Amino acid sequence: MSIAAITVTNLTGIRGQRVLFRGLSFRVAAGQALSLEGPNGAGKTSLLRMIAGFLPSAAGTIALGETSEAEERGRLIGWLGHHDGAKPQLTPREVLTFFAQLYRAEADVAGALAAVGLASLADLPCQYLSAGQKKRLALARLKLSGRAVWLLDEPLAALDADGKKRCGEIIQAHCLYGGIAIAATHEPLGIACERLVLT
Amino acid sequence: MPSLFVLANPKRFLDLSGAVLPWLAAATVLALGAGLTLGWRAPPDYQQGDSVKIMFLHVPAAWTAMMGYGLIAVCALFSLVWRHPLADVAAKAAAPMGAAFTFLGLVTGSLWGKPMWGAWWVWDARLTSFLLLLFLYLGLIALRNAIEEETRAARACAILALVGAANLPIIEFSVDWWTTLHQGESIFRAGGPTISAVFLWPLASMGIGYTLLFLTLWTIRIRTEIIERRARSLLLESAA
Amino acid sequence: MIALVLRDTRLATRAGGSAVLALAFFAAVATLVPLGVGADLRLLARVAAGVLWVAAVLAALLSLDRLFQSDFDDGSLDLIALSPLSLEAIATAKIAAHWLTTGLPLTLLSPLLGLMFGLPPQAIGVLALSLLIGTPSVSALGAIGAALTLSIRRGGLILPLLVLPLLVPAVIFGAGAVQAALDGLSNGALLLLAAFSVAVTCVSPFATAACVRLNLAG
Repeated sequence: MSIAAITVTNLTGIRGQRVLFRGLSFRVAAGQALSLEGPNGAGKTSLLRMIAGFLPSAAGTIALGETSEAEERGRLIGWLGHHDGAKPQLTPREVLTFFAQLYRAEADVAGALAAVGLASLADLPCQYLSAGQKKRLALARLKLSGRAVWLLDEPLAALDADGKKRCGEIIQAHCLYGGIAIAATHEPLGIACERLVLT
Repeated sequence: MPSLFVLANPKRFLDLSGAVLPWLAAATVLALGAGLTLGWRAPPDYQQGDSVKIMFLHVPAAWTAMMGYGLIAVCALFSLVWRHPLADVAAKAAAPMGAAFTFLGLVTGSLWGKPMWGAWWVWDARLTSFLLLLFLYLGLIALRNAIEEETRAARACAILALVGAANLPIIEFSVDWWTTLHQGESIFRAGGPTISAVFLWPLASMGIGYTLLFLTLWTIRIRTEIIERRARSLLLESAA
Repeated sequence: MIALVLRDTRLATRAGGSAVLALAFFAAVATLVPLGVGADLRLLARVAAGVLWVAAVLAALLSLDRLFQSDFDDGSLDLIALSPLSLEAIATAKIAAHWLTTGLPLTLLSPLLGLMFGLPPQAIGVLALSLLIGTPSVSALGAIGAALTLSIRRGGLILPLLVLPLLVPAVIFGAGAVQAALDGLSNGALLLLAAFSVAVTCVSPFATAACVRLNLAG
């Protein structure tokens, strides 16, 4: 299921008592990737959380294709957040199987693990994985979600050179198939994308 | 509904309440004064002697405490469903006061109990329900203080207040049921169904007095809170 | 939804999980009380209903602060919230998993503890039955408390204060049922308990979901 575009119109974001941005408008079409940049505290994470429907906006609208209601938007989104969501007691295979079931998505767990280079560690409890390896697991989970819109918060953090390359390739492949990706990042993604800078 | 939103504008509330406050305070003093005088003058009960007069302090405190929680629940509803801007402030202001009145009710109840039953505390239906009401209040206050972000604290407390309000009748019912199980008839009957007129007047007057006291203090606290928030936002703006 | 229940259950029963903790706490309290009040079995039998019910409630409360917290802290809650499941369904799944790993084991252990307190067989039966019926309400009301205290740093301390007053009816009816069995009477306690449990379990997912929604915004 693919979405035509993400359309953000006149968005105002408030966090606590601070106004993060006002009147923000942009559009990301299917097949495009957007790199969200800006200093710490500029509101990149808040913007992503607003698009995902977690954080209500003070003003303006967000639409994913035709859907603008917050919880319905959430059903279209694949999320990769700051934290890795890897339970120490579960193995990567168990984590991915669970999320595939939860998201009612395809269960090509082995394929996803191979794509991120975790095939050999598939049955080791996550407490033994390094931060970079858990990030790869999060990428694999994102890939498995089968969602059209990807929101990534600092996807390159903790990854080594090989990991960053794989990450770029995965996002690129996703967009090639008609998906949309927005990534908040401090470093270049290494792929062709639009840029939006928050100040 | 529209009329209540007249009070939604903080400035208008401040103006209105500023005008009303002196009258409220005066009425409170009058009612309490009348109640205390009438109470003092009332003849002693043939069974309980003069100590029955603690009832004039205890029973109105009990009413006010329960009314307080009801008011907080109503504010919670306004806050969650209709997003009334002052509802949060009102609920925040009311909680410590409700807790204070509940505590007063417990202490006066205990003082009343000592001459009657010879014990400082009994697990009577009314007192036990009261103690639980105090815990509900303390929970609200604790939750409000524990959550740092103000809007989130307000909404969480609103949800808790509604859950508590829904549960309160069940709790009271269960405590009543529990007392009949263990002690038979409740021995705490404030004047009972046949309260004579000479007690009724001071009681009613004290009841009105306590309610007015609650309303007066509540208005003062809401005003203070509004002014504090305004001062805080001005400070933040000037710093930015 | 079953997937979520299974996963939470698995997490709670693995090493470092909370299922064993609840059982151990229950047993520990049940052991401490006779040490405190003396070994007279007649006295113990009289207080058994209340003591065991209170101990069970406290044991079930222990793991509540972790109900949403661990998923919230490591970002899993965001992912779970974006799944096809509604927040209400997620809340129901979490409550079910919590009961399976605390209420149910406590119920199964209770006959043994009842014996240690000198309860006669039919009272033990009622004890187990009352816990079976009543512990879902502990999980349900506890979930509301857990969701309310999600964003608080030491939320685990304030959670019992919020939840215990709400649980008073369960303790009163539950212990009352056992006491009645002991005295050879019958009161409607079990029915009242069942009504309370059902009502609370039906309403809780909505309140819990509202609180989770509130805290996801952070």
